Amino acid sequence: MTTVREPATTRPANAARGFNTPSPTQTAGRYLLLVLVLLLVIGPFLWQLSTSLKGATEDVYTRTPNFLPDQPTLGNYGTVADTIPVWTYALNSLIVAAVCITGNVVGCTLAGYALARLRFRGAKLVLGLFLATLVLPGEVTIVSQYVLVRGLGLADSLAGVALPGAIAMLNVLLMRTAFAAVPVELDQAALVDGANVWQRLWHIGLPNVRGMLSVIVIFTFIGAWDDFLWPLIVLTDPQKYTLTVGLQYLNGTFSANPRLIAAGTMIAFLPIVVVFGICQRFFFKGVEEGAVKG
Amino acid sequence: MTHRRWFTPWLLAGPAILWLAVFNLWPAVNTVILSFTNAKPLGGGQFTGLENYGRLLDDDQLADALLNSIVFMLVCLPLLTVLPLLLALLVQRRIPGITFFRTAFYTPVIASAVVVALIWGWVLDDRGLVNGLLQQSGLTDSPVSFLTDRWLLLFSAIALTVWKGLGYYMVIYLSALANVPHELHEAAAVDGAGPVRRFWHITLPGVRPTMVLISALISVSSLRVFSELYVLSNGQGGPGGRDMSVVMLIQMYSRGFNGHLGYASALSLLLFVITLGPMLFLMRLNRKAA
Repeated sequence: MTTVREPATTRPANAARGFNTPSPTQTAGRYLLLVLVLLLVIGPFLWQLSTSLKGATEDVYTRTPNFLPDQPTLGNYGTVADTIPVWTYALNSLIVAAVCITGNVVGCTLAGYALARLRFRGAKLVLGLFLATLVLPGEVTIVSQYVLVRGLGLADSLAGVALPGAIAMLNVLLMRTAFAAVPVELDQAALVDGANVWQRLWHIGLPNVRGMLSVIVIFTFIGAWDDFLWPLIVLTDPQKYTLTVGLQYLNGTFSANPRLIAAGTMIAFLPIVVVFGICQRFFFKGVEEGAVKG
Repeated sequence: MTHRRWFTPWLLAGPAILWLAVFNLWPAVNTVILSFTNAKPLGGGQFTGLENYGRLLDDDQLADALLNSIVFMLVCLPLLTVLPLLLALLVQRRIPGITFFRTAFYTPVIASAVVVALIWGWVLDDRGLVNGLLQQSGLTDSPVSFLTDRWLLLFSAIALTVWKGLGYYMVIYLSALANVPHELHEAAAVDGAGPVRRFWHITLPGVRPTMVLISALISVSSLRVFSELYVLSNGQGGPGGRDMSVVMLIQMYSRGFNGHLGYASALSLLLFVITLGPMLFLMRLNRKAA
């Protein structure tokens, strides 16, 4: 590819476009690279989608890959539901996610506000303990969490799957940080007007932490919907499986028909894509402003 | 801030403190207690002293698992610190359609590891896409056993981990790049520095703290790997169970008639000890940033 040196006369126009403006060739190169990476990232998903739409008579093992199904059919989505109760599994995952979202939104908001805005004896110790849990990877305590859940009589139940994560320690700390960033003068003004704690939390705190709350909702949903290890340990009855455990069950137990597994993975994958697609603007807005820190 | 009743803060923080105590602190303590017993998944358990710890030293599967973790970490560290940075530089400039590309590159991150592993299991199958293409192009005569060979299975799991992690670390780098002062680039450009020199002398020093952070994150997550290996090997851990990770061993011993919660707890504590280094390092980095 040859780069054309722009004649000096175009200099002002170039300057008007701003510092370091790329040439059309550079831009084209950038798009070419972007599309290449896109194929690498999205390709496997599309291949799986394509497999899930191929009929029973179409050979899925051909050496020359056939990306477009000859006769696209949704039949595999029906067949997978006959093999495993896939819609019950989806509902189970949804129930777990709903419990976790509710618990985290309510529990972490209340605790985050108390830790950020109210002065009380022992606050420092409590905060320190919340922080200390962060060095514990979840897998380290998973065995004794199972023993605990079993002791509570919740082994092999969705409640047992949902309960431990219903208030996540990290989210408490995130909400505390969000509330601490709200100007304290707002609170003081409300206090002068005679507002009590609940009113200050509801009318001054909450409207200012909506961004953090939506991030917590999105990631709690994704975390609960995608989780595998914990439900795999807690659940034994195949009727109670969540989607991820059910998919592995389908993969491991039934002589694998790639079309059915593909249909199953799409049922687990597409809701996440839709949720993230709707919410992504919250997410990347923060990134753009340099607000997200590792 | 003032509040009229002394118990108001405790009321607000109550549920979270309950969860802290019941589902975090107590299990941490109980892991230590259980590790000195022979508790079984179906109940019971007597004090057995250091027996479980002795067993740790004499477990071939654990030795394999630790070796796997080291290989995992050594391959993931360079790939996942460098590739996402290049990707972030690629999507940094706000050109038309860039939001679509950023979102698309993030998709593998939000997908469940189970979904991703099932997709790759099919792509890498003996009769799957990659083997089809390899044989079609004449590079191999017979299918490459990506999923049934001890080392190929491990490297397949590493490949999918890298593929799934690209977008995650890309976003962290994007955020770091946004914090590198634009004026520095302008000044260097005025002084005649080309893109490559600006990358080495401005971009790289600007994101160095983030690189350190990301290396620590990768170290921890390499030690915690589970779903990728579990699903790719169909829960078997590869030929002879040699492709297990430490977390896979913990899961294996926490279930079924042959389960051993005491030994699983000892394994958990071992996992805690080996992740503690990078974890504390991460905490220190975060405190410095805050």
